[in-house]
Amino acid sequence: MDAHVAQLQMQYRNYILSLYQQGFLDDQFTELKSLQDDGSPDFVAEVLSLFFDDCVKLVGNMARALDQTGTVDFCQVGANVHQLKGSSSSVGAKRVKGLCINFKELCEAKNYEGCVRCLQQVDIEYKTLKAKLQDMFNLEKQIVQAGGIVPQVDIN
Amino acid sequence: MGMAAAEWKFHVLAVDDSLVDRKLIERLLQKSSCQVTTVDSGYKALEFLGLRQGIESNDPTALSPSPQEVEVNLIITDYCMPGMTGYDLLKKLKESAAFKSIPVVIMSSENVPARISRCLEEGAEEFFLKPVRLADLNNLKPHMMKTKLKNQKLEEIEKPSNGTAAVEPEIKNPTEMEIKILPLPSELEPKQVHLQEVQVQQEELALSNNKRKTMEEGLSTARPRPRLEGIATAV
Repeated sequence: MDAHVAQLQMQYRNYILSLYQQGFLDDQFTELKSLQDDGSPDFVAEVLSLFFDDCVKLVGNMARALDQTGTVDFCQVGANVHQLKGSSSSVGAKRVKGLCINFKELCEAKNYEGCVRCLQQVDIEYKTLKAKLQDMFNLEKQIVQAGGIVPQVDIN
Repeated sequence: MGMAAAEWKFHVLAVDDSLVDRKLIERLLQKSSCQVTTVDSGYKALEFLGLRQGIESNDPTALSPSPQEVEVNLIITDYCMPGMTGYDLLKKLKESAAFKSIPVVIMSSENVPARISRCLEEGAEEFFLKPVRLADLNNLKPHMMKTKLKNQKLEEIEKPSNGTAAVEPEIKNPTEMEIKILPLPSELEPKQVHLQEVQVQQEELALSNNKRKTMEEGLSTARPRPRLEGIATAV
């Protein structure tokens, strides 16, 4: 059982490191993990859940705002981008945040085609991140079920 | 004067329209051993404080506290909120005789110097760039101590306008606070302490300190922490 736990822990470490290396996560995610403790053992999962709810809501708002026959309210789109940028920044969702920065510029330039394309990318990106983090949580669960402790991963 | 005791539990009112950010600030404040109340708007914040319009005065624009006063040692608010911005809330608080002494901290995801100076000039104690970190909140203890002491009818040690002038005898040099761990009832574990120290070193101590309003030094040193899209900026 120990060998199995060790293997899972190694897998987990490598997975987390790859998420940082591939730019999915930044040091704000590290900060989130550091705020989790025995008193708040599900803090990271809870915040991420709120974040992904936000993504669904805001992407929906933006899709509606961009799906107008006639004039598109770029201010409205921009306001939603601003909110998404804020929450992605708060959870360490680096790629989503990066896309929001581009998106904001596209809104300011009133670039319709650009906005539509960017929104599609945002949609893909947050869903990809969600799947990756789900895999991460699943690994954590496996480790605990195998009798092990989820390791602290030092990304420096 | 000892600060490490259970009775020094500060109550912070956090205002933010973003649910994610409310969750985050709540956890940060709990980790800093504060009691937290979160609300999603400036209106709700005023309501919580017990400010009502025109109840006890003939002037309909005057705000007066309701009989059930809640002790709040610090208000931390987001800047960009629909309806009442953090700045609007700050103004209302500073215009209120009952609540102008409560220290107010503004948070913003945007680094806009004009916005920052406007808030500091209006009386905000600090301006934090988001995402706010645990290390940032360590700077708030002296501000919260002021209202705690005031509420306990001790002589006010420092007026808010004195900027970086030391509040407590122990805190001589504000910069030291960045690297020293304050002897407060904190739930920080050793690894988090290390994390903070690493972060502070990485972000350059002086820059964090420069967020403080310093009337004497002028606003040139009151730069916010430069968290610019992952680019590490040097002074």
